[in-house]
Amino acid sequence: MSLKRKDLLSLAPLSVDEIKLMLDTADSFKEVTGREIKKVPTLRGKTVVNLFFEPSTRTRTSFELAAKRLSADVINFSPSSSSVVKGETLLDTARNIEAMQADVIVLRHSSAGAADTLARGVKSSVINAGDGWHEHPTQALLDLYTIRERGLGFEGLRVAIVGDVSHSRVARSNIYALTKLGAEVRLVGPPTMMPWGIEKLGVTVYSNMDEGLRGVNVIMMLRLQLERQGRALFPTIREYARLYGLTAERVKLADSGAIVMHPGPINRGVEIAPDVADSLSSVILDQVANGVAVRMGILYLISGAG
Amino acid sequence: MSTVRLALRTILSMKQSVKKQRVNEKLVMDTGDIARALTRIAHEILEHNKGVTNLALVGIRTGGVHLAHRLVKRIQNIEGVSVPIGELDITLYRDDLALRKNQPVLRKTSVLFDLTDKIVVLIDDVLFTGRTIRAAMDSLIDLGRPGEIQLAVLVDRGHRQLPIKATYIGKNLPTSREEKVQVLLEENGEEDRVVIAKP
Repeated sequence: MSLKRKDLLSLAPLSVDEIKLMLDTADSFKEVTGREIKKVPTLRGKTVVNLFFEPSTRTRTSFELAAKRLSADVINFSPSSSSVVKGETLLDTARNIEAMQADVIVLRHSSAGAADTLARGVKSSVINAGDGWHEHPTQALLDLYTIRERGLGFEGLRVAIVGDVSHSRVARSNIYALTKLGAEVRLVGPPTMMPWGIEKLGVTVYSNMDEGLRGVNVIMMLRLQLERQGRALFPTIREYARLYGLTAERVKLADSGAIVMHPGPINRGVEIAPDVADSLSSVILDQVANGVAVRMGILYLISGAG
Repeated sequence: MSTVRLALRTILSMKQSVKKQRVNEKLVMDTGDIARALTRIAHEILEHNKGVTNLALVGIRTGGVHLAHRLVKRIQNIEGVSVPIGELDITLYRDDLALRKNQPVLRKTSVLFDLTDKIVVLIDDVLFTGRTIRAAMDSLIDLGRPGEIQLAVLVDRGHRQLPIKATYIGKNLPTSREEKVQVLLEENGEEDRVVIAKP
């Protein structure tokens, strides 16, 4: 099968087959990233524009590397150095980029739905690299890829997503994809960080971390967004770390072969103890490495559906 | 008596249905022809390269991979040595990706030995325009620096669009450009045969 979509905006509408195709394609690119010459000529002559309205190092670099390894030309476009500060709208900025014949626009924006708006306004393919609190599809896909690479199957897999679920686009994309693939998803965190009615997505909510971690195969930690601390979602960072920080003791509550994931950047000693982040069960750096292969796969698939 | 007749009729109708499936194809090589051609190619590879020193076979997905495995087995039977084998997916090197509506499904390349100074025999089922072989050679050279690249194909059907020539050929098959040549192999659950499918 082949992907019939021009854009990757969200995992919610994707079929299981489409998700599996993306993971299988990433697998082929993982082999390419392991070669001595990590470059193939596939997207020669295509232009990929990284349009990032929010600061990001990891995701932007990962997309840049993915595009370069496919021989595409890459332009990084960030708002502070552009006419956005002069009052240009998102769509006008994008149309200008399109007029320069960009084939793919990778968009990171602080507003939910920004990628969707863009995709409807331009002919170029659009990849959502995070829109507000909505979705971050490529991050979830690389998480799925990393889980599968560790030999874990999705059917009946128990996954605990721990932290500030309300403000996490990573959590939302993972919930959509994991429940589709037949995994049992638990959300663990203080009630102030759980969106109302999230159970409707087929997940179970735990406010007690120890209970939530019992017997799980995957512990997916979310970054505590320290910049949101002023909103009084929790009293102090120390208290949060005590109640929802992942320690070696707590990892023992999970299944003996459980893996620990984190989308980065990690706050050592806050949501994750340093010894856990560096332990053998941690796949945090695998996630980063797999990110490039997964994004190469998506760029490849998307640029075919012209 | 009637049961025997019934059984006979069933067998006959089964035979007919098999025939029906093949009515639109012209057989050009049968199981025996393919086996003999491969045996000859194995001997030719060994003769041409004076043995197995530095020899490696690389099959082009998917038909070429099966043929490469069969050739490795034959070389093993003749020389008693198992030569390294690799599998190449040339999709990422195709020159028509920009022209296609949908991306072809990617499979994996797996060349687990060092290509440096190896005599690499590329194996494919059908040689047609030569574009696949161009892509395969580019892909090989990105993986390492072989000492030499040779090409073995089961069928050469002509109509080259690039200056490419096979070193070893199972059968030269004159065709028209519109005809479809299919190599069907046991590994894919088919009876070994080469056919020209009529549109």
